[in-house]
Amino acid sequence: MELNDLYTDIVTEYASSQKHRHPLAHPDVTMRGVNPSCGDDISLELEIKNGVIRKAGLTGSGCAISGASAAIMADLVEGKSTQEARRLAELFLGMVRKDITDEKQLEELQDALAFQNISNMPARTKCAVLAWHTLEEAIKKWENGAAKNS
Amino acid sequence: MNRYRNDFPLLQQTNDKNLTWAYLDNAATTQKPTVVLDTVADYYRKANANPHRGAYDLSVAATRALEEAREKVRVFISAGKAEEIIFTKSATESINLVAASWGKTHLAAGDEVVLAVSEHHSNLLPWQAAVRDAHAVLKYMYTDECGRIPDSEIESKISKKTKLVAVAHVSNVTGVINPVEQIIQKAHSVGATVLVDGTQSVPHMPVDVSALDADFYVFSAHKMLGPMGVGVLYGKAELLDDMPPFLYGGDMIEYVEEQNASFAPLPQKFEGGTQNVGGAAGLAAAIDYLNAAGMVNISGAEHDLTGYLLDQLKRIPYLRIIGPDENSGRIGVVSFIIEGAHPHDVATILNADRVAIRAGHHCAQPFMHYLGVQATCRASLYLYNTGSDIDRLAESLKGVRRWLGHGA
Repeated sequence: MELNDLYTDIVTEYASSQKHRHPLAHPDVTMRGVNPSCGDDISLELEIKNGVIRKAGLTGSGCAISGASAAIMADLVEGKSTQEARRLAELFLGMVRKDITDEKQLEELQDALAFQNISNMPARTKCAVLAWHTLEEAIKKWENGAAKNS
Repeated sequence: MNRYRNDFPLLQQTNDKNLTWAYLDNAATTQKPTVVLDTVADYYRKANANPHRGAYDLSVAATRALEEAREKVRVFISAGKAEEIIFTKSATESINLVAASWGKTHLAAGDEVVLAVSEHHSNLLPWQAAVRDAHAVLKYMYTDECGRIPDSEIESKISKKTKLVAVAHVSNVTGVINPVEQIIQKAHSVGATVLVDGTQSVPHMPVDVSALDADFYVFSAHKMLGPMGVGVLYGKAELLDDMPPFLYGGDMIEYVEEQNASFAPLPQKFEGGTQNVGGAAGLAAAIDYLNAAGMVNISGAEHDLTGYLLDQLKRIPYLRIIGPDENSGRIGVVSFIIEGAHPHDVATILNADRVAIRAGHHCAQPFMHYLGVQATCRASLYLYNTGSDIDRLAESLKGVRRWLGHGA
């Protein structure tokens, strides 16, 4: 994989985007995601009302790849139900693993398609998937909490 | 052209763009000269058998290979006796051995173990575990902003309560040479034992454990041109004799009964299980290679190259050196960050130009936290590096911010 394919305009723009880079005032769930070997360390906050993700906020630090992937993820899941968000995470991870290659099926990942070939760069794959794994864990945690409170 | 470079097959390899590696990650591991590769292969071709076992000539040859390697290591670090050299699989295992075996029998509730905040996790986590088991206390000597340990920290942290001080001879993050002579003197004056992690020092400078009066001294073969999977523990015989075994098993016993056992004398007491004899033979060949080059020459040439590296790095816009930026009291390990570029992105971009550096926390998270950085880039030198490697590093670094969309 060439650097041109990795540090695309989409990636560098999202990596420096401040849109979601702030804590939320009233998060319903907070989940930390860490890549222990390289030190990417993010916190994802979600505000969830009636099962719909209203806001996604990101704090912490990491490289351009993990930052861009997280920003794209946050954009994509705002306004989606938790089930939809989880399905998108599975779709993204399937794409990264190259389990899912059908372009039509992947279309709804929009800008996240920038990471379609990240597995060609094994050292950076974990950076691209960190936010999405964190999203899955956050939804799981929220569901467990919601189940307890009901 | 550097006189050693041709001895290293990996450094001759080119890619489809005809680029060789500018390999600048020697603090992580070093490349191997042909003579080391051949020695390991020759051992398996000609002398492979289980040492200390068979009555046949092959087993005797394997035993000889292991014991000759031990003697070579002893002379290389000026230890007193061959049985004070214990082979392990890594410096990490050497420290774990001491922390578990010595720690179990010498640490009591309220005792203090003193480390530098700059320690590698391998000289930190075994002590965390040992003090937890003994209800002892872990204390840290904090560095200045350049990563140097001030006298005041040595004087104030090492006290009558201190049972052991564990400190790196050279930091794997900043390249700083720590004042181990002074630390050992202070520790001995209060009756404390000292373990020195020599992983970054033994490959790069002459080391004399007897003159240092270190109680334990550890290092790894693979960071000094030798194979992976071989580590060394030097310990004073009277200390090692007084410690229980660490790994129980074959080759470390005297008599074994159903309920009891007595153990072999040093060094076998600490060498349970079949040793990595091929690896030890490779380490012996690496020591021969280093001796032929001369440790004083190696250290001098690396000093000059480190000066050039520092000069080139200082010319790069937005680059900040983490650790000392002057070329004294340090070796050729230099950490830095580039504003607006995460170290992992820097390493990936350099990789495209076939320049290998390390990016990350360097297994020293408490130190990173203390210095207020999440991760750094690190370039580290060895005898085969050249000014051209550093020029390629500098040229590639200049393109980093552009790739990340920051303009020039």
